[in-house]
Amino acid sequence: MKHRQIIGCLLAGALCATPAMAQELTGTLKNVKETGAITLGFRDSSIPFSYLDDNQKPVGYAMDICYKIVDAVKKELKLDKLEVKLNPVTSSTRIPLLANGTIDLECGSTTNNAERQKQISYTNTHFLTASRYVTKKASKINAIDDLKGKSVVSTAGTTNIKQLTEANAARGLNINIIPAKDHAEAFLMVETDRAVAFVMDDILLASLVAGSKAPDDYTISKDAFSKPEPYGIMLRKDDPAFKKVVDAATSALYTGGEAQKIYDKWFTQKIPPKGLNLNTPISAELKNEFAKPSDSPDPDSYK
Amino acid sequence: MNYNWNWHIFFEPNPTGAGTYLDLLVSGLWLTIKTALLAWIIALIFGTIIGILRSLPSKAASWISFCYVEFFRNMPLLVQLFLWFFVLPELLPRTAGLWLKQLPNAPFWTAAIGVGLFMSARVAVQLAAGIASLPRGQKQAATALGLTTTQGYRYVLLPMAFRIIMPPLTSEFLNTVKNTSVAITIGLIELTGQARAMQEFSFQVFEAFTAATIMYLAINIIVVTGMRFLERSLAIPGYITGK
Repeated sequence: MKHRQIIGCLLAGALCATPAMAQELTGTLKNVKETGAITLGFRDSSIPFSYLDDNQKPVGYAMDICYKIVDAVKKELKLDKLEVKLNPVTSSTRIPLLANGTIDLECGSTTNNAERQKQISYTNTHFLTASRYVTKKASKINAIDDLKGKSVVSTAGTTNIKQLTEANAARGLNINIIPAKDHAEAFLMVETDRAVAFVMDDILLASLVAGSKAPDDYTISKDAFSKPEPYGIMLRKDDPAFKKVVDAATSALYTGGEAQKIYDKWFTQKIPPKGLNLNTPISAELKNEFAKPSDSPDPDSYK
Repeated sequence: MNYNWNWHIFFEPNPTGAGTYLDLLVSGLWLTIKTALLAWIIALIFGTIIGILRSLPSKAASWISFCYVEFFRNMPLLVQLFLWFFVLPELLPRTAGLWLKQLPNAPFWTAAIGVGLFMSARVAVQLAAGIASLPRGQKQAATALGLTTTQGYRYVLLPMAFRIIMPPLTSEFLNTVKNTSVAITIGLIELTGQARAMQEFSFQVFEAFTAATIMYLAINIIVVTGMRFLERSLAIPGYITGK
Protein backbone atom coordinates (compact mmCIF):
# COMPACT_ATOMS: atom_id res chain seq x y z
CA MET A 1 0.00 0.00 0.00
CA LYS A 2 2.67 2.35 1.09
CA HIS A 3 4.82 1.41 -1.89
CA ARG A 4 2.02 2.07 -4.27
CA GLN A 5 1.52 5.53 -2.83
CA ILE A 6 5.18 6.34 -3.27
CA ILE A 7 5.20 5.08 -6.82
CA GLY A 8 2.06 7.10 -7.49
CA CYS A 9 3.71 10.23 -6.14
CA LEU A 10 6.82 9.63 -8.20
CA LEU A 11 4.80 9.09 -11.34
CA ALA A 12 2.78 12.21 -10.77
CA GLY A 13 5.96 14.14 -10.11
CA ALA A 14 7.62 12.79 -13.23
CA LEU A 15 4.61 13.60 -15.38
CA CYS A 16 4.49 17.18 -14.17
CA ALA A 17 8.24 17.67 -14.27
CA THR A 18 9.12 16.28 -17.68
CA PRO A 19 7.23 18.71 -19.92
CA ALA A 20 8.35 21.62 -17.79
CA MET A 21 12.01 20.60 -18.19
CA ALA A 22 11.72 20.28 -21.93
CA GLN A 23 10.23 23.69 -22.49
CA GLU A 24 11.45 26.00 -19.82
CA LEU A 25 15.13 26.72 -19.64
CA THR A 26 16.58 27.67 -16.29
CA GLY A 27 19.69 29.30 -14.93
CA THR A 28 22.65 29.90 -17.21
CA LEU A 29 21.10 28.27 -20.27
CA LYS A 30 18.10 30.57 -20.06
CA ASN A 31 20.32 33.57 -19.68
CA VAL A 32 22.52 32.57 -22.63
CA LYS A 33 19.47 32.03 -24.83
CA GLU A 34 18.00 35.41 -23.91
CA THR A 35 21.16 37.44 -24.35
CA GLY A 36 22.68 35.41 -27.18
CA ALA A 37 26.03 35.62 -25.42
CA ILE A 38 28.16 33.53 -23.06
CA THR A 39 31.03 34.91 -20.98
CA LEU A 40 34.26 33.02 -20.35
CA GLY A 41 36.55 34.02 -17.50
CA PHE A 42 40.26 33.73 -18.33
CA ARG A 43 43.52 34.10 -16.35
CA ASP A 44 46.22 36.42 -17.66
CA SER A 45 49.25 34.30 -16.83
CA SER A 46 48.27 30.73 -16.08
CA ILE A 47 50.53 29.16 -18.71
CA PRO A 48 49.59 26.99 -20.62
CA PHE A 49 46.01 26.75 -19.32
CA SER A 50 44.78 30.27 -19.84
CA TYR A 51 46.95 33.29 -20.57
CA LEU A 52 47.42 36.24 -22.90
CA ASP A 53 49.47 35.76 -26.05
CA ASP A 54 51.44 38.53 -27.79
CA ASN A 55 48.23 39.97 -29.27
CA GLN A 56 46.72 40.20 -25.77
CA LYS A 57 44.26 37.50 -26.77
CA PRO A 58 43.48 34.82 -24.18
CA VAL A 59 44.66 31.39 -25.34
CA GLY A 60 45.51 28.07 -23.72
CA TYR A 61 44.55 24.50 -23.04
CA ALA A 62 41.57 25.36 -20.83
CA MET A 63 40.45 28.05 -23.31
CA ASP A 64 40.37 25.49 -26.13
CA ILE A 65 38.23 23.20 -23.98
CA CYS A 66 35.92 26.09 -23.10
CA TYR A 67 35.41 26.94 -26.78
CA LYS A 68 34.33 23.31 -27.34
CA ILE A 69 31.85 23.69 -24.48
CA VAL A 70 30.54 26.90 -26.08
CA ASP A 71 29.94 24.98 -29.33
CA ALA A 72 27.97 22.37 -27.40
CA VAL A 73 25.88 25.04 -25.67
CA LYS A 74 25.16 26.68 -29.02
CA LYS A 75 24.00 23.35 -30.44
CA GLU A 76 21.90 22.55 -27.37
CA LEU A 77 20.07 25.87 -27.58
CA LYS A 78 19.82 25.66 -31.39
CA LEU A 79 21.24 29.13 -31.82
CA ASP A 80 22.59 30.37 -35.17
CA LYS A 81 24.96 32.74 -33.51
CA LEU A 82 26.41 32.76 -30.02
CA GLU A 83 28.60 35.67 -29.02
CA VAL A 84 31.55 34.75 -26.79
CA LYS A 85 32.56 37.47 -24.35
CA LEU A 86 35.87 37.26 -22.52
CA ASN A 87 36.45 38.60 -19.04
CA PRO A 88 39.75 38.51 -17.13
CA VAL A 89 39.69 37.00 -13.63
CA THR A 90 42.24 36.58 -10.85
CA SER A 91 42.30 34.10 -8.01
CA SER A 92 40.55 36.72 -5.85
CA THR A 93 37.85 37.73 -8.33
CA ARG A 94 36.91 34.40 -9.90
CA ILE A 95 34.34 33.46 -7.23
CA PRO A 96 32.50 36.80 -6.95
CA LEU A 97 32.38 37.20 -10.75
CA LEU A 98 31.03 33.68 -11.19
CA ALA A 99 28.51 34.14 -8.37
CA ASN A 100 27.15 37.45 -9.63
CA GLY A 101 26.78 36.23 -13.20
CA THR A 102 29.57 38.26 -14.85
CA ILE A 103 31.18 35.05 -16.11
CA ASP A 104 29.55 31.72 -16.91
CA LEU A 105 32.63 29.48 -17.02
CA GLU A 106 36.06 29.95 -15.46
CA CYS A 107 38.67 28.55 -17.83
CA GLY A 108 41.92 28.29 -15.94
CA SER A 109 43.83 26.10 -13.52
CA THR A 110 41.61 25.94 -10.45
CA THR A 111 42.10 22.97 -8.14
CA ASN A 112 38.96 20.98 -7.53
CA ASN A 113 38.53 20.07 -3.86
CA ALA A 114 35.65 19.12 -1.62
CA GLU A 115 35.67 22.32 0.42
CA ARG A 116 35.45 24.52 -2.69
CA GLN A 117 32.58 22.43 -4.04
CA LYS A 118 30.41 23.86 -1.29
CA GLN A 119 30.59 27.15 -3.19
CA ILE A 120 30.79 26.22 -6.88
CA SER A 121 30.65 23.23 -9.24
CA TYR A 122 33.29 21.82 -11.56
CA THR A 123 32.93 20.00 -14.84
CA ASN A 124 35.05 16.96 -15.68
CA THR A 125 38.68 17.24 -14.66
CA HIS A 126 40.95 18.52 -17.46
CA PHE A 127 44.31 18.13 -15.75
CA LEU A 128 45.98 16.41 -12.80
CA THR A 129 48.98 17.85 -11.03
CA ALA A 130 51.02 16.89 -7.98
CA SER A 131 52.74 19.21 -5.52
CA ARG A 132 56.51 19.21 -6.16
CA TYR A 133 59.37 21.67 -5.71
CA VAL A 134 61.82 23.47 -7.96
CA THR A 135 65.41 24.14 -6.88
CA LYS A 136 68.57 25.44 -8.46
CA LYS A 137 70.74 22.54 -9.63
CA ALA A 138 73.64 24.27 -7.84
CA SER A 139 71.97 23.86 -4.43
CA LYS A 140 72.13 20.04 -4.77
CA ILE A 141 68.79 19.20 -3.22
CA ASN A 142 67.88 15.66 -4.26
CA ALA A 143 65.04 14.70 -1.93
CA ILE A 144 62.51 16.31 0.36
CA ASP A 145 64.71 15.44 3.36
CA ASP A 146 67.53 17.59 1.92
CA LEU A 147 65.35 20.65 2.58
CA LYS A 148 65.95 20.20 6.33
CA GLY A 149 66.53 23.53 8.07
CA LYS A 150 66.42 25.52 4.79
CA SER A 151 64.11 28.34 3.67
CA VAL A 152 61.38 27.13 1.34
CA VAL A 153 58.79 29.33 -0.34
CA SER A 154 55.26 28.57 -1.46
CA THR A 155 52.32 30.73 -2.53
CA ALA A 156 50.08 31.92 0.31
CA GLY A 157 46.58 30.48 0.41
CA THR A 158 47.29 27.48 -1.79
CA THR A 159 46.83 23.81 -1.01
CA ASN A 160 50.57 23.45 -1.68
CA ILE A 161 51.66 25.56 1.29
CA LYS A 162 49.32 23.53 3.44
CA GLN A 163 50.91 20.27 2.28
CA LEU A 164 54.37 21.72 2.88
CA THR A 165 53.36 22.74 6.43
CA GLU A 166 52.02 19.26 7.10
CA ALA A 167 55.10 17.48 5.72
CA ASN A 168 57.31 19.83 7.72
CA ALA A 169 55.56 18.90 10.95
CA ALA A 170 55.21 15.19 10.17
CA ARG A 171 58.84 14.64 9.16
CA GLY A 172 60.39 17.10 11.63
CA LEU A 173 62.22 18.95 8.83
CA ASN A 174 62.42 22.29 10.62
CA ILE A 175 61.94 24.15 7.32
CA ASN A 176 61.52 27.93 7.42
CA ILE A 177 58.37 28.32 5.31
CA ILE A 178 58.02 31.65 3.51
CA PRO A 179 54.59 32.50 2.07
CA ALA A 180 54.67 34.50 -1.17
CA LYS A 181 51.95 36.61 -2.74
CA ASP A 182 51.89 34.87 -6.11
CA HIS A 183 53.75 32.30 -8.18
CA ALA A 184 55.95 34.82 -9.99
CA GLU A 185 57.12 36.32 -6.71
CA ALA A 186 57.71 32.91 -5.15
CA PHE A 187 59.86 31.91 -8.11
CA LEU A 188 61.73 35.20 -7.82
CA MET A 189 62.61 34.21 -4.24
CA VAL A 190 64.32 31.07 -5.53
CA GLU A 191 65.94 32.98 -8.38
CA THR A 192 67.44 35.51 -5.90
CA ASP A 193 68.38 32.80 -3.32
CA ARG A 194 65.97 34.03 -0.67
CA ALA A 195 64.69 30.47 -0.62
CA VAL A 196 66.26 27.21 -1.82
CA ALA A 197 63.04 25.70 -3.10
CA PHE A 198 59.53 26.62 -4.25
CA VAL A 199 56.72 24.13 -3.61
CA MET A 200 53.92 24.29 -6.17
CA ASP A 201 51.87 22.29 -8.70
CA ASP A 202 54.47 20.66 -10.93
CA ILE A 203 52.98 21.96 -14.17
CA LEU A 204 53.13 25.57 -12.96
CA LEU A 205 56.75 25.01 -11.94
CA ALA A 206 57.49 23.65 -15.41
CA SER A 207 56.07 26.80 -17.03
CA LEU A 208 57.94 29.11 -14.63
CA VAL A 209 61.21 27.31 -15.34
CA ALA A 210 60.61 27.31 -19.09
CA GLY A 211 59.99 31.06 -18.97
CA SER A 212 62.94 31.95 -16.74
CA LYS A 213 66.19 33.59 -17.80
CA ALA A 214 68.23 30.39 -17.46
CA PRO A 215 65.92 27.31 -17.62
CA ASP A 216 68.90 24.95 -17.42
CA ASP A 217 69.79 26.16 -13.91
CA TYR A 218 66.67 24.65 -12.36
CA THR A 219 65.40 21.18 -11.67
CA ILE A 220 61.95 19.97 -10.60
CA SER A 221 61.87 17.27 -7.93
CA LYS A 222 60.90 13.63 -8.40
CA ASP A 223 59.57 13.60 -4.82
CA ALA A 224 56.01 14.85 -4.46
CA PHE A 225 54.19 16.33 -1.47
CA SER A 226 50.82 15.04 -2.68
CA LYS A 227 48.99 12.71 -4.99
CA PRO A 228 47.99 14.20 -8.36
CA GLU A 229 45.11 16.61 -7.73
CA PRO A 230 42.42 17.53 -10.26
CA TYR A 231 41.98 20.87 -12.05
CA GLY A 232 38.50 21.72 -13.25
CA ILE A 233 36.59 24.39 -15.17
CA MET A 234 34.26 26.14 -12.73
CA LEU A 235 30.58 26.86 -13.18
CA ARG A 236 27.82 28.07 -10.88
CA LYS A 237 26.50 25.67 -8.28
CA ASP A 238 22.88 24.47 -8.37
CA ASP A 239 22.49 24.83 -12.12
CA PRO A 240 22.00 21.16 -13.11
CA ALA A 241 20.74 21.85 -16.64
CA PHE A 242 23.85 23.82 -17.60
CA LYS A 243 26.16 21.38 -15.82
CA LYS A 244 24.62 18.51 -17.77
CA VAL A 245 25.37 20.19 -21.10
CA VAL A 246 28.91 21.12 -20.04
CA ASP A 247 29.65 17.67 -18.63
CA ALA A 248 28.33 15.98 -21.78
CA ALA A 249 30.49 18.27 -23.94
CA THR A 250 33.72 17.66 -22.00
CA SER A 251 32.97 13.96 -21.72
CA ALA A 252 32.58 13.63 -25.49
CA LEU A 253 35.75 15.63 -26.00
CA TYR A 254 37.82 13.48 -23.63
CA THR A 255 36.58 10.04 -24.64
CA GLY A 256 36.60 10.89 -28.35
CA GLY A 257 40.37 11.42 -28.41
CA GLU A 258 40.16 15.06 -29.43
CA ALA A 259 41.30 16.18 -25.96
CA GLN A 260 44.54 14.26 -26.46
CA LYS A 261 45.30 16.39 -29.52
CA ILE A 262 44.55 19.60 -27.62
CA TYR A 263 46.74 18.35 -24.78
CA ASP A 264 49.68 17.63 -27.09
CA LYS A 265 49.32 21.07 -28.69
CA TRP A 266 49.81 22.86 -25.36
CA PHE A 267 52.08 20.55 -23.39
CA THR A 268 54.45 18.91 -25.83
CA GLN A 269 54.86 21.50 -28.58
CA LYS A 270 56.09 25.06 -28.79
CA ILE A 271 53.48 27.49 -27.50
CA PRO A 272 53.08 31.25 -27.97
CA PRO A 273 54.22 33.89 -27.20
CA LYS A 274 57.87 32.92 -26.67
CA GLY A 275 57.88 29.47 -28.28
CA LEU A 276 58.34 27.67 -24.95
CA ASN A 277 57.97 23.92 -24.86
CA LEU A 278 56.80 22.46 -21.55
CA ASN A 279 57.79 18.91 -22.55
CA THR A 280 55.17 17.32 -20.30
CA PRO A 281 53.67 14.21 -21.91
CA ILE A 282 50.27 13.11 -20.65
CA SER A 283 50.36 11.23 -17.33
CA ALA A 284 48.88 7.78 -16.80
CA GLU A 285 46.35 9.23 -14.34
CA LEU A 286 45.08 11.82 -16.81
CA LYS A 287 44.88 9.21 -19.56
CA ASN A 288 42.63 7.13 -17.29
CA GLU A 289 40.53 10.17 -16.50
CA PHE A 290 40.08 10.93 -20.20
CA ALA A 291 38.81 7.38 -20.68
CA LYS A 292 36.42 7.73 -17.72
CA PRO A 293 35.70 11.45 -17.25
CA SER A 294 34.96 12.48 -13.67
CA ASP A 295 34.43 15.65 -11.65
CA SER A 296 35.45 14.05 -8.36
CA PRO A 297 37.50 16.24 -5.99
CA ASP A 298 39.13 13.15 -4.46
CA PRO A 299 42.71 12.48 -5.68
CA ASP A 300 42.31 8.79 -4.81
CA SER A 301 39.64 8.33 -7.47
CA TYR A 302 42.14 9.10 -10.27
CA LYS A 303 44.35 6.04 -10.06
CA MET B 1 23.36 36.33 -7.27
CA ASN B 2 24.16 32.65 -6.92
CA TYR B 3 26.35 32.72 -3.82
CA ASN B 4 26.34 30.34 -0.92
CA TRP B 5 26.60 32.55 2.19
CA ASN B 6 28.12 30.81 5.16
CA TRP B 7 28.78 33.02 8.16
CA HIS B 8 29.61 29.97 10.26
CA ILE B 9 32.78 29.58 8.22
CA PHE B 10 34.72 31.60 10.81
CA PHE B 11 34.22 28.87 13.39
CA GLU B 12 35.16 26.02 11.08
CA PRO B 13 38.72 24.63 11.31
CA ASN B 14 41.13 26.09 8.75
CA PRO B 15 43.21 23.75 6.61
CA THR B 16 46.57 24.82 8.05
CA GLY B 17 45.64 22.72 11.05
CA ALA B 18 45.95 25.54 13.60
CA GLY B 19 42.50 26.51 14.85
CA THR B 20 39.58 28.08 13.01
CA TYR B 21 39.36 30.56 10.15
CA LEU B 22 38.78 33.26 12.74
CA ASP B 23 42.12 32.39 14.34
CA LEU B 24 43.71 32.79 10.91
CA LEU B 25 42.30 36.32 10.57
CA VAL B 26 43.16 37.26 14.15
CA SER B 27 46.78 36.16 13.66
CA GLY B 28 46.83 38.42 10.59
CA LEU B 29 45.34 41.24 12.64
CA TRP B 30 48.13 40.97 15.23
CA LEU B 31 50.75 41.08 12.53
CA THR B 32 49.08 44.17 11.05
CA ILE B 33 49.08 45.87 14.46
CA LYS B 34 52.72 44.97 15.20
CA THR B 35 53.89 46.12 11.78
CA ALA B 36 51.89 49.35 11.99
CA LEU B 37 53.16 50.24 15.48
CA LEU B 38 56.80 49.62 14.61
CA ALA B 39 56.39 51.53 11.33
CA TRP B 40 54.75 54.45 13.15
CA ILE B 41 57.58 54.65 15.70
CA ILE B 42 60.11 54.71 12.85
CA ALA B 43 58.04 57.32 11.02
CA LEU B 44 57.89 59.58 14.10
CA ILE B 45 61.62 59.33 14.85
CA PHE B 46 62.85 59.92 11.30
CA GLY B 47 60.05 62.36 10.54
CA THR B 48 60.99 64.51 13.54
CA ILE B 49 64.69 64.59 12.64
CA ILE B 50 64.06 65.43 8.99
CA GLY B 51 61.28 67.90 9.88
CA ILE B 52 63.67 69.80 12.14
CA LEU B 53 66.39 69.78 9.48
CA ARG B 54 63.88 71.20 7.03
CA SER B 55 63.15 74.17 9.32
CA LEU B 56 66.79 75.00 10.13
CA PRO B 57 68.35 78.01 8.43
CA SER B 58 71.36 75.93 7.31
CA LYS B 59 71.54 75.33 3.54
CA ALA B 60 73.08 71.86 3.90
CA ALA B 61 70.37 70.75 6.35
CA SER B 62 67.53 71.87 4.14
CA TRP B 63 69.19 70.26 1.12
CA ILE B 64 69.49 66.91 2.92
CA SER B 65 65.90 67.03 4.10
CA PHE B 66 64.71 68.07 0.64
CA CYS B 67 66.39 65.03 -0.94
CA TYR B 68 65.08 62.67 1.78
CA VAL B 69 61.51 63.88 1.53
CA GLU B 70 61.38 63.87 -2.25
CA PHE B 71 62.99 60.43 -2.43
CA PHE B 72 60.52 58.78 -0.09
CA ARG B 73 57.35 60.60 -1.02
CA ASN B 74 57.65 60.60 -4.80
CA MET B 75 57.80 56.83 -5.21
CA PRO B 76 54.79 54.53 -4.75
CA LEU B 77 55.00 52.55 -1.52
CA LEU B 78 54.60 49.30 -3.44
CA VAL B 79 57.68 50.08 -5.52
CA GLN B 80 59.66 51.05 -2.42
CA LEU B 81 58.92 47.81 -0.59
CA PHE B 82 59.84 45.88 -3.71
CA LEU B 83 63.14 47.78 -3.98
CA TRP B 84 64.03 47.18 -0.32
CA PHE B 85 63.15 43.52 -0.45
CA PHE B 86 64.32 42.33 -3.85
CA VAL B 87 66.70 44.91 -5.28
CA LEU B 88 68.76 46.13 -2.30
CA PRO B 89 70.25 42.68 -1.47
CA GLU B 90 71.36 42.31 -5.10
CA LEU B 91 73.21 45.63 -4.99
CA LEU B 92 75.19 44.65 -1.89
CA PRO B 93 78.30 42.44 -2.03
CA ARG B 94 77.26 38.81 -2.49
CA THR B 95 77.89 37.59 1.07
CA ALA B 96 76.20 40.61 2.67
CA GLY B 97 73.25 40.24 0.32
CA LEU B 98 72.91 36.54 1.11
CA TRP B 99 73.08 37.27 4.85
CA LEU B 100 70.35 39.89 4.48
CA LYS B 101 68.14 37.55 2.48
CA GLN B 102 68.37 34.74 4.98
CA LEU B 103 67.50 36.82 8.05
CA PRO B 104 64.51 35.33 9.83
CA ASN B 105 61.27 37.30 9.55
CA ALA B 106 62.68 39.36 6.69
CA PRO B 107 59.26 40.41 5.30
CA PHE B 108 58.20 41.78 8.69
CA TRP B 109 61.29 43.93 9.24
CA THR B 110 61.37 45.08 5.63
CA ALA B 111 57.70 46.04 5.76
CA ALA B 112 57.97 47.91 9.07
CA ILE B 113 61.07 49.83 7.97
CA GLY B 114 59.79 50.42 4.44
CA VAL B 115 56.38 51.70 5.52
CA GLY B 116 58.01 53.64 8.39
CA LEU B 117 60.43 55.50 6.10
CA PHE B 118 57.69 56.20 3.55
CA MET B 119 55.47 57.71 6.25
CA SER B 120 58.39 59.57 7.85
CA ALA B 121 58.64 61.81 4.79
CA ARG B 122 55.02 62.85 5.30
CA VAL B 123 55.51 63.40 9.04
CA ALA B 124 58.60 65.52 8.27
CA VAL B 125 56.70 67.82 5.92
CA GLN B 126 53.91 68.27 8.45
CA LEU B 127 56.28 68.96 11.31
CA ALA B 128 58.15 71.52 9.22
CA ALA B 129 54.81 73.16 8.39
CA GLY B 130 53.89 73.12 12.08
CA ILE B 131 57.15 74.84 13.00
CA ALA B 132 56.76 77.36 10.18
CA SER B 133 53.27 78.22 11.40
CA LEU B 134 54.60 79.50 14.74
CA PRO B 135 55.08 83.26 15.01
CA ARG B 136 58.70 84.29 14.29
CA GLY B 137 58.84 85.93 17.70
CA GLN B 138 58.83 82.53 19.44
CA LYS B 139 62.21 81.58 18.05
CA GLN B 140 63.62 85.04 18.66
CA ALA B 141 62.35 85.03 22.25
CA ALA B 142 64.00 81.67 22.86
CA THR B 143 67.29 83.03 21.53
CA ALA B 144 66.91 86.21 23.62
CA LEU B 145 66.45 84.07 26.72
CA GLY B 146 69.85 82.54 26.05
CA LEU B 147 68.60 79.12 24.89
CA THR B 148 70.75 77.30 22.36
CA THR B 149 69.15 76.16 19.07
CA THR B 150 68.68 72.63 20.49
CA GLN B 151 67.09 73.98 23.66
CA GLY B 152 64.92 76.35 21.64
CA TYR B 153 63.53 73.43 19.63
CA ARG B 154 63.24 71.17 22.65
CA TYR B 155 61.46 73.57 25.01
CA VAL B 156 59.78 76.15 22.79
CA LEU B 157 59.20 75.20 19.15
CA LEU B 158 58.60 71.42 19.12
CA PRO B 159 56.06 71.27 21.99
CA MET B 160 53.90 73.81 20.20
CA ALA B 161 54.46 72.49 16.68
CA PHE B 162 53.50 68.94 17.69
CA ARG B 163 50.30 70.16 19.30
CA ILE B 164 49.39 72.05 16.12
CA ILE B 165 49.96 69.05 13.85
CA MET B 166 48.11 66.56 16.04
CA PRO B 167 45.04 66.27 13.73
CA PRO B 168 47.04 65.58 10.53
CA LEU B 169 49.28 63.19 12.51
CA THR B 170 46.16 61.20 13.39
CA SER B 171 45.47 60.78 9.66
CA GLU B 172 49.05 59.72 9.07
CA PHE B 173 48.80 57.11 11.81
CA LEU B 174 45.64 55.77 10.14
CA ASN B 175 47.44 55.71 6.80
CA THR B 176 50.28 53.77 8.37
CA VAL B 177 47.87 51.08 9.55
CA LYS B 178 46.26 50.86 6.12
CA ASN B 179 49.55 50.97 4.22
CA THR B 180 50.81 47.82 5.95
CA SER B 181 48.42 45.92 3.67
CA VAL B 182 50.78 46.67 0.76
CA ALA B 183 53.29 44.36 2.47
CA ILE B 184 51.59 41.25 1.07
CA THR B 185 53.70 41.91 -2.06
CA ILE B 186 56.79 40.91 -0.09
CA GLY B 187 55.15 37.93 1.54
CA LEU B 188 53.98 39.44 4.84
CA ILE B 189 50.76 37.58 5.53
CA GLU B 190 49.00 40.20 7.61
CA LEU B 191 45.26 40.84 7.78
CA THR B 192 44.72 41.36 4.04
CA GLY B 193 47.00 38.42 3.30
CA GLN B 194 45.08 36.14 5.67
CA ALA B 195 41.75 37.28 4.23
CA ARG B 196 43.06 36.30 0.80
CA ALA B 197 44.33 33.00 2.13
CA MET B 198 40.93 32.35 3.69
CA GLN B 199 39.12 32.99 0.42
CA GLU B 200 41.51 30.72 -1.46
CA PHE B 201 40.97 27.87 0.99
CA SER B 202 37.23 28.16 1.54
CA PHE B 203 36.04 30.20 -1.48
CA GLN B 204 33.95 32.31 0.94
CA VAL B 205 35.22 35.58 -0.53
CA PHE B 206 32.68 38.00 0.85
CA GLU B 207 32.75 36.67 4.40
CA ALA B 208 36.56 36.85 4.49
CA PHE B 209 36.78 40.42 3.27
CA THR B 210 33.81 41.60 5.35
CA ALA B 211 35.63 40.39 8.45
CA ALA B 212 38.87 42.06 7.35
CA THR B 213 37.01 45.32 6.70
CA ILE B 214 35.45 45.26 10.15
CA MET B 215 38.84 44.57 11.75
CA TYR B 216 40.51 47.46 9.90
CA LEU B 217 37.64 49.75 10.89
CA ALA B 218 37.92 48.66 14.50
CA ILE B 219 41.69 49.31 14.73
CA ASN B 220 41.28 52.70 13.11
CA ILE B 221 38.42 53.71 15.39
CA ILE B 222 40.66 52.83 18.35
CA VAL B 223 43.50 54.90 16.85
CA VAL B 224 41.23 57.90 16.20
CA THR B 225 39.75 57.78 19.69
CA GLY B 226 43.16 57.39 21.30
CA MET B 227 44.65 60.28 19.34
CA ARG B 228 41.67 62.52 20.11
CA PHE B 229 42.09 61.74 23.79
CA LEU B 230 45.82 62.48 23.60
CA GLU B 231 45.13 65.74 21.77
CA ARG B 232 42.70 66.87 24.43
CA SER B 233 44.89 65.91 27.37
CA LEU B 234 47.86 67.75 25.83
CA ALA B 235 45.96 70.93 25.02
CA ILE B 236 47.20 73.99 26.92
CA PRO B 237 44.79 76.92 27.37
CA GLY B 238 46.07 80.00 25.59
CA TYR B 239 48.08 78.12 22.93
CA ILE B 240 46.92 78.08 19.33
CA THR B 241 45.37 74.65 19.78
CA GLY B 242 44.04 75.20 23.32
CA LYS B 243 40.67 76.74 24.03
